[in-house]
Amino acid sequence: MARVTAGVGSSHVPLLGVAVDQGKTRDDYFGPIFAGYDWTREWEAAQKPDVVVLVYNDHASAFDANIIPTFAIGCGERYKPADEGWGPRPVPDVEGHADLAWHIAQCLILDDFDMTIINEMDVDHGLTVPLSMMFGQPEQWPCKVVPLAVNVVTYPVPSGNRCWALGEAIARAVESFPEDLDVQIWGTGGMSHQLQGPRAGLLNRAWDNRFMDMLESDDDAVRHIPHIEYLRETGSEGIEMVMWLIMRGALGRKVRRLHRHYHIPCSNTAIGHIVLEPVS
Amino acid sequence: MTDIHDYLEEFEDIPGTRVYTAKRARAGYHLNQFAMSLMKPANRERWKAGERAYLDEWPLTEDQKQAVLARDYNRMLDLGGNIYFLSKIFSTDGIPFAEACSTMTDMTFPEYREMMLNGGRSPEGNRSIKGKC
Repeated sequence: MARVTAGVGSSHVPLLGVAVDQGKTRDDYFGPIFAGYDWTREWEAAQKPDVVVLVYNDHASAFDANIIPTFAIGCGERYKPADEGWGPRPVPDVEGHADLAWHIAQCLILDDFDMTIINEMDVDHGLTVPLSMMFGQPEQWPCKVVPLAVNVVTYPVPSGNRCWALGEAIARAVESFPEDLDVQIWGTGGMSHQLQGPRAGLLNRAWDNRFMDMLESDDDAVRHIPHIEYLRETGSEGIEMVMWLIMRGALGRKVRRLHRHYHIPCSNTAIGHIVLEPVS
Repeated sequence: MTDIHDYLEEFEDIPGTRVYTAKRARAGYHLNQFAMSLMKPANRERWKAGERAYLDEWPLTEDQKQAVLARDYNRMLDLGGNIYFLSKIFSTDGIPFAEACSTMTDMTFPEYREMMLNGGRSPEGNRSIKGKC
């Protein structure tokens, strides 16, 4: 049977993709960020997951203002990097795992999560930047990916509690898939940042680190943080961190932290990432 | 269950922030779809060749058109724009995200960049209008 072997929470700032694509990852500005990911890249190379369920948000790339799915799961065979206004990133196509994706989609719907199913879409920096951070610049991505896109743009976005419960349901679905697969789940986005209005540029190191402490904890208090707290404390785009709770919910009650890193700033954003494994 | 009226009211208490609510999404629907259209290279070319003529193909209000032509991003947010959609406009202009953000603040881009390098804008005093905290 398939199993969830680990979870990763990570920022997905587009400028990190630019740094990778333009060979600037070790300069003075980006060096401290990419150094923080060195451990994780080596760990991923050793882990060799078969599939990553990659939770992210689309930034007006695949979805326009017309259709706004709260939770959408990619059930296709393959996804191309999106043209976000300056041409697609020069990264490999993303290979899906249609069998596992359809299995998860069916299980989630039976488990009362009314998923939107996507057969064809392009994937933007929200999905490809975490792949670059974890895997570097291979000719092909070393694993298959099940994209799971969350609406964190148009309010109301899903609650932290609902995201956590979705993660639990994803883990149940993975564990009932008959193939022998190592599956990781990644929650991406954040950490604190605000990209709009006179308050743009807000960052909150103390809150972000408290959030990561809560993710490491055995209790699930973090799922009950209300939207207004994310908005006030972490900026209007900090709400992306609810997607980390899908990852955390999938790992069960007790986790072990393998790695954690935090850095300010990258462009407008606080960069953080955490690697957790379930403890049974 | 969360009461929708209480939920939305709290959003108006955050200084310098327009939360992208359903009301804004409705008002800004065509503005955002116009911005989204700039993802296609052929549309970008037509836009660059004549901004006003391109805008006139879209059912925007005159206020929205003026805000776009003036690149007044705060005004576009007020009129229902969402920053991820509006980013297609400044990407087409060749302006980085951080520089576009700085235009919405009371800082120049170099001042804004300096603030970010020094740890960003503090949440202190920026959490609540009513609570002044």
